[in-house]
Amino acid sequence: MSAGTLEISGLTTSYGPVTALDTVDITAERGQVTAVLGANGAGKSTLLRTISGLVRPAAGQVLLDGTDLTHAPAEAIARAGIAHVPEGRGVITELTVEENLRLGAMLGASRRRTERGLAQVYEMFPPLAQRRRHDAHVLSGGERQMLVIGRALLSGPDVLLLDEPSLGLAPRIVAQIFGLLRDLVDSDGVTVLLVEQNARSALSIADVGVVLNLGRVVARDAAAALAADDGLRHAYLGF
Amino acid sequence: MQQFLNVTLTGLGQGAVYAAFALALVLIWRSTRVVNFAQGAMAMFTTYLALTVIEGGQSYWVGLVVALVAGLVLGAVIERLVIRPVEGGPELNAVIVTLGLFVALQALAAILFGSTFRSFPAPFDLRGFTVGGVNIAFTPNSIYIIVAVVVVMLALVALFRFTDLGLKMRAAAFSQEVSRLLGVPVGRMLTLGWALAAGVGSLSGLLIAGGSLVFPAYMDAVIVYGFVAAVLGGLDSPAGAVVGGLTIGLLLSYVSGYLGSELVALAALAILVAVLLVRPQGLFARTAARRV
Repeated sequence: MSAGTLEISGLTTSYGPVTALDTVDITAERGQVTAVLGANGAGKSTLLRTISGLVRPAAGQVLLDGTDLTHAPAEAIARAGIAHVPEGRGVITELTVEENLRLGAMLGASRRRTERGLAQVYEMFPPLAQRRRHDAHVLSGGERQMLVIGRALLSGPDVLLLDEPSLGLAPRIVAQIFGLLRDLVDSDGVTVLLVEQNARSALSIADVGVVLNLGRVVARDAAAALAADDGLRHAYLGF
Repeated sequence: MQQFLNVTLTGLGQGAVYAAFALALVLIWRSTRVVNFAQGAMAMFTTYLALTVIEGGQSYWVGLVVALVAGLVLGAVIERLVIRPVEGGPELNAVIVTLGLFVALQALAAILFGSTFRSFPAPFDLRGFTVGGVNIAFTPNSIYIIVAVVVVMLALVALFRFTDLGLKMRAAAFSQEVSRLLGVPVGRMLTLGWALAAGVGSLSGLLIAGGSLVFPAYMDAVIVYGFVAAVLGGLDSPAGAVVGGLTIGLLLSYVSGYLGSELVALAALAILVAVLLVRPQGLFARTAARRV
């Protein structure tokens, strides 16, 4: 088993009487993008929040390379190498762009590696470099997405959990960000679990797709096969 | 002219202490959204500890260190034992808890240290400097007070601006969830924030006691003035707390010097009402939307 294998088995999460996630099994492999698709309320965000320890599961297991992280606190899970990029609100707007990035780099990185990592992120996302000394609340939606992704990368994660990175972004920027993600997975071999409502874009860069409906896995297949399945597309993916 | 100079200098010295106290309130408000009404009582308590040490034959400076360390510990312990359980509940719970703490600490101090007035030594001369044959109200001790506050403020600025620890503390204060996802031990940062704030509060209690009298309620007025200063500065802004503290110190000193000292408390409340009416977000708030 290579480093960065995320195994989720029988994961069940409830909010009071409502079961948001119902015995979900997903394995995400290193060097692959696994897309988790489904409509609003399908349990996609809950899945990521449960993996990263923000929400406690009622049952099931989360294993990273065989290590049980199911009941670890969120900060310990982050330190174990799982970087969760939350939907929309992940930017700390009161801090500067660079301070946000530095926070990502603090997970055990040396000063020199931090500086090199910062330089790489600025090279990858030039708009961030221009605004490094500004408070992050001046950033546009696309720039915020760049910031949270860049920040997650600086922590040197084995697993990247992305929650709706395309939300509210122009198609051109979505294509750019997804292209970057794909490059990253191919070159660095990270494991990506990508949660998306924008199924078409997500499947275009994913290797494997999993479809959630009302908290249950209703389909899983190679991304190309899912995209070609007309019935499934109409029923769950809306394109 | 001489009176104006005297009143201004006195106001600056007082204002420095209010600034430190307001800063302690702001540090706690920023990280845990609690107005710590017990701040004054905590400072009073640690000042009594210093007084006990000093009366036991130690120097003023040993007393200072004892008060600051006791403040740090007291802040951390209170955050862990008293504040943590009410965190995330209705905001009123934390208010009631800190008010209860305020009453309890004052009562405990009266039991342990007595409720009579006791004089607290000043480390430097309390006689004013002579300028051109005229005695002014500025003393070596006033300089000590201002220098002590400035040193602590610069140390805090350095901590928050230039260190990883300070960045983590700010992140934890602004967004607990995002900070946890980035591996920041949020609980520990909040405890540390309370400890630092209580340490700064202790310093203000000690400075205001120097050359004056202490009794269990001697910080009560300072709580009011410090709170007004913090609100004036925007409650969220450390820089605002400092500017607010100096402003309140000066304004109250002018009121006392020109209108009569019996009007000081009334003036403080009038300023509070005026700030809340005219600019409720304070002078230094980043956005009105963040206000609760």
